[in-house]
Amino acid sequence: MALQTITEAQVWTWLEDVPDPEIPVISIVDLGVVRGVDVAGDQVRVTITPTYSGCPAMAIIAMDIETALAKQGVTDLQLETKIAPAWTTDWLSDKGRARLEGYGIAPPQPAGGPARCPRCQSDAVEKISQFGSAPCKAQWRCQSCLEPFDYFKCI
Amino acid sequence: MQPLFEFLLRQGDNALVLGHRTSEWCGLAPALEEDIALTNTALDLIGQTQLWLGYAAEVEDTGRSANDLAYLRDAYDFRNLLMLEVPNEDFGRTLMRQFLFDAFQVPWLTALQTSADPRVAEIAAKSLKEATYHLDRSAETVVALGDGTADSNARMQAALDYLWPYSGELFADDETDSAMADGSIAPLPSSLRPAWATTVEDTAKAACLKLPESDFAHSGGRTGARHTEHLGHMLAVMQVLQRSYPGAVW
Repeated sequence: MALQTITEAQVWTWLEDVPDPEIPVISIVDLGVVRGVDVAGDQVRVTITPTYSGCPAMAIIAMDIETALAKQGVTDLQLETKIAPAWTTDWLSDKGRARLEGYGIAPPQPAGGPARCPRCQSDAVEKISQFGSAPCKAQWRCQSCLEPFDYFKCI
Repeated sequence: MQPLFEFLLRQGDNALVLGHRTSEWCGLAPALEEDIALTNTALDLIGQTQLWLGYAAEVEDTGRSANDLAYLRDAYDFRNLLMLEVPNEDFGRTLMRQFLFDAFQVPWLTALQTSADPRVAEIAAKSLKEATYHLDRSAETVVALGDGTADSNARMQAALDYLWPYSGELFADDETDSAMADGSIAPLPSSLRPAWATTVEDTAKAACLKLPESDFAHSGGRTGARHTEHLGHMLAVMQVLQRSYPGAVW
């Protein structure tokens, strides 16, 4: 089958359907992990950056990108990892932040703690631990509804 | 050995040895939250190791990879600080060591962000975010335990007394450091001592702990001249898979 001409915008759209393996409610584009897409003829180059330097999800993300683009007929994919500028939670899209909250994970705040409980919206919250079930999360608890919840660390 | 390779091994080996030591707590920490915090800290450090040793392998340019450097060198080829290889002992000593190291890493990585070597600057900027987060937690925990019960205070004081003679090695400049400073790749470690001392003094005070007066300093880790007996035992565990099944991959 002859390939149609691939555009960069198309590749971005395809990547928006690749979920983060740890938090499947947001895509790797919403997470800010995809830093660039370049298309030259049939060759597609995707640049990604790790959230945390030891994040084990990066290998899965690379594999998921390969699979998703192969499904769209991309046969010549170059995947590059770049660490500078270093990933920041500022790169989370507004859509990503809203989806995180809807999923029960409080989105990052510059003040260093969640603005409110993602379940009952109370602002009476307390920290349980600075770390959580993934490198990007911390554990907090709501003092109103008493539910523990994940907070997306702000870095 | 080229000075830049030596310098990169020091950065990578510090992260690797502390990362491995910290990972020894997996499943054993005094509380679930602490277990998760320790393993996340270890994960950050192993990630930083991949960056430093990955670049070291490129600079060495003999075909060795970051994995080869981590798994196939013996104790005398490691360039980590002695403080990072001694056994964890208890939770208090583990956190005190993390704190003494973090208090150095934050100003150190901050300075390396403006290194004349762009790769060093990139790795430092990435690692600094993690180190800053680690310092918040390790300093907070040192204060909580130091200013806690009589038992926790005594254990933290014992940890500080034990680790103190190892802290001087952080600032023992040598010819590799001079070469890095001459090339504007890194500042002399000794130039960061005042910043480190301020953090340590302030935290010790808040933690009701007394800083030892002796300035005796063990040395030999970052030059590789004389490691403690503990490093070989640690490597035996860390490297066993690659030694028994050379080239094994997931």
